[in-house]
Amino acid sequence: MRPFAYARPASAAEAVAAVAAHDGRAAFLGGGTNLVDLMKLGVAEPAVLVDVTRLPHGEIAETADGGLRIGAAVRNSDLAAHAAVRERYPVLAQAILAGASGQVRNAATVGGNLLQRTRCPYFQDTSKPCNKRRPGSGCPARTGHHRDLAVLGHSEHCVATHPSDMAVALAALDAVVHVEGPGGARELPFVDLHRLPGDEPERDTVLGPADLICAVELPGLPIARRSAYRKARDRASFAFAIGAVAVAVETDGGTIVDVRIAFGALAHKPWRAYRAEDALRGAPATPPLFAAAAETELAEAVPLRENAFKLPLARALLVRTLEELCRP
Amino acid sequence: MEAERARVALTVNGEARTLELDTRTTLLDALREHLGLTGAKKGCDHGQCGSCTVLIDGRRALSCLALAVAQEGAAVTTIEGLADGDELHPMQAAFVAHDAYQCGYCTPGQICSAVGLLAELEAEGLALDDDLIRDRMSGNLCRCGAYMNIVPAIREAAG
Repeated sequence: MRPFAYARPASAAEAVAAVAAHDGRAAFLGGGTNLVDLMKLGVAEPAVLVDVTRLPHGEIAETADGGLRIGAAVRNSDLAAHAAVRERYPVLAQAILAGASGQVRNAATVGGNLLQRTRCPYFQDTSKPCNKRRPGSGCPARTGHHRDLAVLGHSEHCVATHPSDMAVALAALDAVVHVEGPGGARELPFVDLHRLPGDEPERDTVLGPADLICAVELPGLPIARRSAYRKARDRASFAFAIGAVAVAVETDGGTIVDVRIAFGALAHKPWRAYRAEDALRGAPATPPLFAAAAETELAEAVPLRENAFKLPLARALLVRTLEELCRP
Repeated sequence: MEAERARVALTVNGEARTLELDTRTTLLDALREHLGLTGAKKGCDHGQCGSCTVLIDGRRALSCLALAVAQEGAAVTTIEGLADGDELHPMQAAFVAHDAYQCGYCTPGQICSAVGLLAELEAEGLALDDDLIRDRMSGNLCRCGAYMNIVPAIREAAG
């Protein structure tokens, strides 16, 4: 691991200034469960770590519209255990508990979870080329081992997936991200935080290096009370998804009134399934229509040699989850 | 003090300790190499096996992924700090009674993790069952395969 200096600023503004002052050679430190590992692997080599875990971002507060404002330093396990989250946004609690292990969830922060890096094996191996780690060096995953990687929205430069479970739920829940950066504070829709790789796969998100996530806000969203997260993985616990879906639905007499859907493990970002939602709104809540909506969303998928199985898997995850949620 | 070194004050097993460390030192290395507490084990050193599990402020955590310098003011409990003198912690006693280990390498992490787990379930108001134990203990691997005895040991310690 490269030597680094450690700083623990007292305010978000100081933290932003501390990272901005080092021209891309400084990084924010949350729980460290991904970053410290990447530093051990030589994938991340920050000269300065700016610890943001003790900033005043550790609260979960009610908002005026009946939603929740979740501080970025809230630990994943505390968010999953929070009574209001479990009652009003069960998909979020389920998604968090489907990820990582108890020890990791106790340390990992909300902000850090969103900014964790892909687990593509080439990204994590410094002896291999990787456009995300070393722009322009090539993408061995495209023709190599890509069984767990993207089927939607990938580019010739990168086929990585975003590894977070929590982020999939937040994409379905119309969340908003509060950011403080060198230019001041701003908000952006959660679905716009992560990006597709295009020809800049080194950029996971639209944030600049000194942009600090301070909070994630959930709107008051009655539909979210009937919601669920379903994750497929290679072992029953402590494994990354090979396919996942977050769903919230409202029905009236067998008809879908409203629905929110996001897929995980299919793309470089949590995949909000707007086309499937449009196909389902106003439609009868029947499994054939659930499957047709999934097909509509996945029509533009371009599976790679090893991962075409993800398409029927994603369809089945959506159908089964909607079946369970729509059961009277 | 040069930039890449830092002083950290924390409590380990009830005792106040101050260390001057290279900032790269993990809590695991601080415990093992600087404080002589070799109960927490370095298995994978990447957060995947759980053998380095300790309690930080009562919560189970992976000491291999925790930078020591970031633990300023924390209260750390390792396997060495669980017993009360010669009297084993109930979780330790349950592991002994159920023969919940073979080689023992993962055991300190398993026990610290199980102690943390019971506190989490109490806070969440969840009733313990074997499936929940298996799911919530999935961050601790046992290469000898002692899981069949680890599960009932935890169930017994939960009372």
